[in-house]
Amino acid sequence: MLTVTTITLLVVMAMALSRAFVGPTVFDRILAANVFGTKTVLLIAVVGFLFGRPEFLDIALVYALINFIGVVGMLRLIEYLEEDKQSTEDGR
Amino acid sequence: MSPLEIISAVLLAIGSFLVLSGAIGLLRFPDVYSRMHAAGITDTLGAVAILLGLMFLAGWTLVLAKLIMILLFLLLTGPTASHTLGKAAWKSGLQPLTDGREPAGDSGKGAE
Repeated sequence: MLTVTTITLLVVMAMALSRAFVGPTVFDRILAANVFGTKTVLLIAVVGFLFGRPEFLDIALVYALINFIGVVGMLRLIEYLEEDKQSTEDGR
Repeated sequence: MSPLEIISAVLLAIGSFLVLSGAIGLLRFPDVYSRMHAAGITDTLGAVAILLGLMFLAGWTLVLAKLIMILLFLLLTGPTASHTLGKAAWKSGLQPLTDGREPAGDSGKGAE
């Protein structure tokens, strides 16, 4: 059952990547990156169980932390770029 | 197949199905806000089901504590990330895809 879950997670990650490539707006890409990161966390946990390596779960936890920080960081950057763009338009 | 393994197999199957359906929604939905809804499903319920399935495999060990930590963290960060994403998308002026009717709430004339 673990192998089926691993294969499903890999398929879902491929679909998230395709959404990241196709995604018209930048927010689709960030959303796809967020989904991809969460699925990586699950994949590391499931593979850790598959190969009988319990220490993989520490890696999964750290990856969840990093993924969240990355997504929020990108969004904060985009918000500032938007404000900067609007202020230059009003300022002209 | 002990009963614990059966429960974990069922939970893993449910989790895999939810994750897959969420990913299909991520591809097929028309605009960012509805895609966020689809991604939210996979991030929360799908992840919860898969992690619960793993918990039944682990039994009362340190691994169970780590899995609970991962589960708690995913449940805390998922909504926060979606909220930040929604706020950034809204502030950048991205309008959700409605069927053109005025929202009944503020203008009132679209109610009929």
